[in-house]
Amino acid sequence: MLATIGRRLLTVIPTLIGVVIVTFLLTRVLPGDPAVYFAGPAATPQSIADIRKGLGLDRPLPEQFARYVNDLAHGNFGNSLSTGRPVATEITSRLPASAELTFLGLILSLVIAVPLGILAAVKQGSWIDHTCRVVATAGVSLPVFFTGLLLVYIFYYQLGWAPAPIGRLDAFATAPPNYTGFYLIDSLVTGNFETFRAALSQLILPAVTLAVFSLAPIARMTRASMLAVLASEFIRTARASGLDTRTVIITYAFRNAMLPVVTTLGMVFSFLLGANVLVEKVFAWPGIGSYAVEALLQSDFAPVQGFVLTMAVMYVVLNLLIDILYGVIDPRVRLEG
Amino acid sequence: MKRREFLKSATALAAGTAISAPAVFSAEAQSRKETLLLVSEGGPNNLDIHGVGTNRPGYEASWNCYDRLVTHPTKTLADGTLSYDKDKFIPELAEDMKIGDMSVTFKLKKGAKFQDGTPVTAKDVKWSFDRAIGVGGFPRVQMKAGSLEKPEQFVAVDDNTFRVDFLKKNRLTIPDLATIVPGIYNMALLKSKATDKDPWALEYTKSNTAGSGAYKVTSWKPGVEVVYERNDAWIGGKLPQLKKVIWRTIPSGGNRRALMERGDADMSFDLPAKDFTEMKKENKLKLISNTIGNGMYSLELNVVKPPFNNEKVRQAIAYAIPYEKIIEAAMFGHAKPLFGGASNTVTSTDWPQPTGYKYDLEKAKALMKESGVGPIESVISFDLGDAISSEPMAVLIQESLGKIGIKLAINKVPGANWRSQMAKKEMPMMVNFFSGWLDYPEYFFFWCYSGQNAIFNTPSYVNKEMDAFIDGAYAAAAIGEKEKYATDVKGFISKAYNDVPRIPIFQPYLNVATQKNISGYQYWFHRQVDYRKLVKA
Repeated sequence: MLATIGRRLLTVIPTLIGVVIVTFLLTRVLPGDPAVYFAGPAATPQSIADIRKGLGLDRPLPEQFARYVNDLAHGNFGNSLSTGRPVATEITSRLPASAELTFLGLILSLVIAVPLGILAAVKQGSWIDHTCRVVATAGVSLPVFFTGLLLVYIFYYQLGWAPAPIGRLDAFATAPPNYTGFYLIDSLVTGNFETFRAALSQLILPAVTLAVFSLAPIARMTRASMLAVLASEFIRTARASGLDTRTVIITYAFRNAMLPVVTTLGMVFSFLLGANVLVEKVFAWPGIGSYAVEALLQSDFAPVQGFVLTMAVMYVVLNLLIDILYGVIDPRVRLEG
Repeated sequence: MKRREFLKSATALAAGTAISAPAVFSAEAQSRKETLLLVSEGGPNNLDIHGVGTNRPGYEASWNCYDRLVTHPTKTLADGTLSYDKDKFIPELAEDMKIGDMSVTFKLKKGAKFQDGTPVTAKDVKWSFDRAIGVGGFPRVQMKAGSLEKPEQFVAVDDNTFRVDFLKKNRLTIPDLATIVPGIYNMALLKSKATDKDPWALEYTKSNTAGSGAYKVTSWKPGVEVVYERNDAWIGGKLPQLKKVIWRTIPSGGNRRALMERGDADMSFDLPAKDFTEMKKENKLKLISNTIGNGMYSLELNVVKPPFNNEKVRQAIAYAIPYEKIIEAAMFGHAKPLFGGASNTVTSTDWPQPTGYKYDLEKAKALMKESGVGPIESVISFDLGDAISSEPMAVLIQESLGKIGIKLAINKVPGANWRSQMAKKEMPMMVNFFSGWLDYPEYFFFWCYSGQNAIFNTPSYVNKEMDAFIDGAYAAAAIGEKEKYATDVKGFISKAYNDVPRIPIFQPYLNVATQKNISGYQYWFHRQVDYRKLVKA
């Protein structure tokens, strides 16, 4: 097992080298000149040149690249110009924010989508099947910023049930000490239930927004793969043998239908993690997606490179985890393939 | 049966997570009375204006955390709002300012201390001014506007006395000393943080404040919030009422408005014109707006290349801009018109003031005919970062110029790209905004019309007569020749309006919303919030 994982990890290296090269080149061919942008309002050619020199952008590309790789090798992702902090610090502080939100959104989504998908498959053509279809279609066709703003409008502005959408914590609450970066976990670990509640209440609306969006792929995938499995012979055999419906569906059918669902889940997770920029914008969430987009808009190279690299690594790790999970769910699947 | 169970568990879980939502408002009671919660679209990228590429919100941190030698007093404008008084100066860190013929001498206030307790001396002032010039970039350019260019000009006479020698007489020298750039930094502290690569300790001041100002930044999470606490030992002015200021970045404009209307935030800064006019109608909050001094939106034409090198074509365009519609559609009626004046040959030195142009298609068509230029195809560009105002303007201009035979394509330039596009000076026509800190007409013209062809002279307009007026006004102002000054100012404004390389459209407002219990907000040339005079009742 370990050897297999090791081998899998080795194949990751060329991918990462590719990502490093491509992101470096991409950021250089982007339109926009960071030196001019950051020279500020009353720039003169002289002041622009000063900044270009300060940023090392006056050097030839290969030299810039060599320096970039050297920095990376020392764990230095460079400095962000737009926030003025080292990119590594920013990413480590923002990734947990995004991850916490995404996890919660995904859990919510799972809790609703998987049962819905199973029911839709079991009672194909019934009202619950239609409900599943409608919910999935609506969820995926409502743009996230719209769902987000709508939820804010109803639950914060009109009803006043939800807290102000101003980020991970209310302005007057203090953040829990940083162990994992997940406010829910950190506040529980330190036994600070006040903060836990404050953090959770801030999380609910954005998490629901994400959940609504990610319902569709999970519910539809569950339904489709359940349908396929339910039609197969071993289910018929199980039924014919007089097994309880519950055992047939959960133990036999669902377990076999889980593989594609887990795959979808992995895809949805990595997609949400990087792509929930709009949710982050609506809820002023200090996540990694909005950080990258902001940086891109200001031709701030270092964070963009850092972001793409981090996401690439995460994607690789996630895929590895999912592959391992396959083996656990279905012992017939082995990592060798 | 199973179905019901599944549904039950699903709804129970969903309900379980939702229950805790209402309980949120409890934690914030403690210090709200002495704390201001300020929200705005963007936050600082650097707490020090001397830093490389510090953005506008970063200026706010510098303004509130560092002192200058002198500053401007507050005055009440005709509409009851407060503004800085650009013509007067009051001491901040200096207790006394003596202007001599070729120098100005300051006595520092006794007992002034940096936030770490080190006394402020003239050596700190000298070092800070050297720093402003030494770091290059924008700070150096700003210092130069006041003819503050060489370290030899700054002399620490003794611990308590500081002198600036003039390179030449320049009326902008003293106003320039009251801008954000010449703040006073803690030399001893910063020298201890300096390295060979970073002799001015910019790395340290990027995320730490090292001044003697009324506030210090106690926590800064880029893109999230800045937390300021009051410096109780401040002697630069009257001790501010607010003990703490929390400045949160809320990117969504709708949410900023919701926060204000529900009373969760105390102040929302720099509102779009649309929100401002709507919120004003609702009358639930205090809404304050001030015209942005020495600033205007204009249509700028590249005068170097055909067809806009033809003066008649430019004048035709100036008569074909649907000014009123623009103010209505782009600014929701909330802007000060810069058109429809009596004549393009002006009789006052007010700046900015209306041109003699107005929407008159017949006149425009006649001028086009007179120009002898055939149908024109060109491109109008605008900054996507400012799409909220610029885009409707570009569309309306495109539509209207179509009627006089000028066919325009629209070029949306991403914000990051705008400056470099401007610097190339290749865009034939653009909607643009410019405002100068120092509120003097010659300062605007120095940047936008003079032969030095700075980045803001987007039309690349170079004209000897114009330069003579601008230089003349600078020289006359320096020695106080009022009549000559007025003649030159009227001269350059009239020349600019008749030649129209840029067509002024309107002067925008800076809009702020506060809860009704907040008072003391005042407009500053730097267009950021001064916390020091804010009062929360």
